[in-house]
Amino acid sequence: MKHLRVVYLGKRYDEPPPLSLLDRSLKDKGIVGARVGAADNNLNGKFVGQETDLTEDILPADGDILAEAKKVFAAGNQLIVADLEAKDLLAVADLPEAKDAIILDIRTSDDELRQEECRANVFHLAPSYAMRADALGQFLLYKRWQRWFLIHGTQPADLEYTAAVKRAAARFGSRIVAERTYTYNARARTTDTGHQQTEQQMALLTQSVPDYDVIFVVDMDEVFGEYLLFNSFDPRPVVGTQGLIAVAWHRSFEEYAGQEMQNRFERFAHRVMTERDYEGWLALHIFGEAMLRTGATDVATLRQYVLSDEFNIAAYKGVGLSFRKWDLQLRQPILLAGPRALISIAPIEGFLHPKYLTDSLGYDEPETKCRFAH
Amino acid sequence: MRGVLSIAFFAALLSSQSTHAATLFVTNERDNTVTVLDSLTLNIKKIIPVGARPRGIVITPDHTEIFVCAGDDDKLDVIDTKTLTVSRSIPGVPDPELVAIDPAGLRIYAANEEDSQITVIDRASGKIVGTVAVGAEPEGLAISPDLTTVVGTSELAAMAHFIDAKTLTIETNVLVDQRPREAQFTQDGKQVWVSAEVGGTVSVIDAQTRKIIKKIGFDIPGVRAELIQPVGIVFSLDGKQAYVALSHANRIAVVDTHTLVPITYVLVGERPWHMAIDPNGTKLYVANGNTNDLTVIDLRSLRPERSVPVGHLPWGVAAMP
Repeated sequence: MKHLRVVYLGKRYDEPPPLSLLDRSLKDKGIVGARVGAADNNLNGKFVGQETDLTEDILPADGDILAEAKKVFAAGNQLIVADLEAKDLLAVADLPEAKDAIILDIRTSDDELRQEECRANVFHLAPSYAMRADALGQFLLYKRWQRWFLIHGTQPADLEYTAAVKRAAARFGSRIVAERTYTYNARARTTDTGHQQTEQQMALLTQSVPDYDVIFVVDMDEVFGEYLLFNSFDPRPVVGTQGLIAVAWHRSFEEYAGQEMQNRFERFAHRVMTERDYEGWLALHIFGEAMLRTGATDVATLRQYVLSDEFNIAAYKGVGLSFRKWDLQLRQPILLAGPRALISIAPIEGFLHPKYLTDSLGYDEPETKCRFAH
Repeated sequence: MRGVLSIAFFAALLSSQSTHAATLFVTNERDNTVTVLDSLTLNIKKIIPVGARPRGIVITPDHTEIFVCAGDDDKLDVIDTKTLTVSRSIPGVPDPELVAIDPAGLRIYAANEEDSQITVIDRASGKIVGTVAVGAEPEGLAISPDLTTVVGTSELAAMAHFIDAKTLTIETNVLVDQRPREAQFTQDGKQVWVSAEVGGTVSVIDAQTRKIIKKIGFDIPGVRAELIQPVGIVFSLDGKQAYVALSHANRIAVVDTHTLVPITYVLVGERPWHMAIDPNGTKLYVANGNTNDLTVIDLRSLRPERSVPVGHLPWGVAAMP
């Protein structure tokens, strides 16, 4: 029996609760997906004498990630699933002992991590902000809804996604006719009253703007975005981080055997599979596939395989997924989901690319600012 | 006068030969129905309500029954081909996606998509006689002409499992390309063909040594490689050609079974899934999932003749003489 040793390295960051009462506040996003991925690997691996051993190493929010990572590497681990925010991710990746590791980043969407701050040992599974904004940008161009009213929060993540939205507008010839910021500090999730206030606040926020087609909202922390739907001064659809969203996974997605994945996850976890769970599952699936195809468990062989032209992993998206060699971002179709149903899948028909259609989303090779240090 | 008569007689003879209509059965995944068509007029004879999410469909060798997977109802529905009604159901078959019958007509095999197993059913009694644990998301099923071997594919594991039909144990696992959808034995039983939807290939496996002889790739001018997604496989009656449905490429590949090279591609509707060959060998019927229709391909000219609407999201086809 061959054993593949994978460590899930994470931290319990303080995450804001979802704004909608319909979404459960979850503390185990990501890791549950990884557990299902390991179980899938082992179900299939038993026919060929292969086993995946998943170690869960999740620190409290104030935990010392560097000390923990050093221990992990000192124990001989080189295959890491990183459920870490940007700063911690880079700190781990820059450890000398991590130099030859494969670190699969399942959490971040920061463009910077795929551009100036890219690392040769960090592979990004989640779509970048640029890929998400481009997916919506393609859809809005297809619909000819090209006058955008941009409303965004002021947290660092909001500003990053906002930059990606502006890039998408420029790429697809759309226009941001107005831009407003919104800050709101009340963080209580439940209150006995409040919708009257919200109604007025959102109407105020959205009045006296030039004519526009859609509200493009960027509210990563879920502070107000959900309230824009049906509360805007003018009757307009909402896209961005609420309303029509661009994601790698969504409960409304069933195509390409996605339904079987959703069911398998729900049988295991008794809850809905979130986007980070999907990335966690995908990380284990990538390691499992690399072992299955190469018969190897050492990091050098596995790395060579995932960067080879043969690597083209099936992950319920209809086409095989592979890594962009210039920034180690996983190229992938992106789901465009409304609150209750799947609306479309980007790349939208008609958006072409000489190599991969999915490379029409995000930073393409000629635009990349990533230079791997060798 | 005599001349006219003899011409009429000859014409009648000809037409009686070529107008022998087959009956086609098409599963409509979204409608929970099976559409029944006359193969010559392509008129719809009947729409049979079946269980939820019908996909896999197979006709028995004696042409008396048709087994249909009702995936979301955890059962197989059995259509009586005389009455064109569901005459019986086989319950307790979890989430069946694809169904196959052995060439003797004795046993039914169903792939249980969400349970990582294959259910084996005695056809006459409808009783489950065994299960085989396989890799995740099983789908393709094929039974060797000598009834000794069953091949089941597992989509997530990307394997073709060779199973001893007597003991129901796995003997060999052959790693193929990603997301294997269908397995078919050649008529002589010497090869097993396995399609890989995301891998974009058909693996031809030697049934004796269980090694891959060749992976057939498909290259269509003007069609992007990622859209070429092999799913259904059917062989011509003389065994000289194989027809492979290429899903998002909207084409059926025609492959020379001797050279294992594609000869041509026939344009059909959008997202062709599965096919059936006419019992007289002259036509191929293709279920087009995205365009809700059935395309008829003339196998002598290798040209598409007609497409006719069926139900929503047609998936599988069976043909009865």
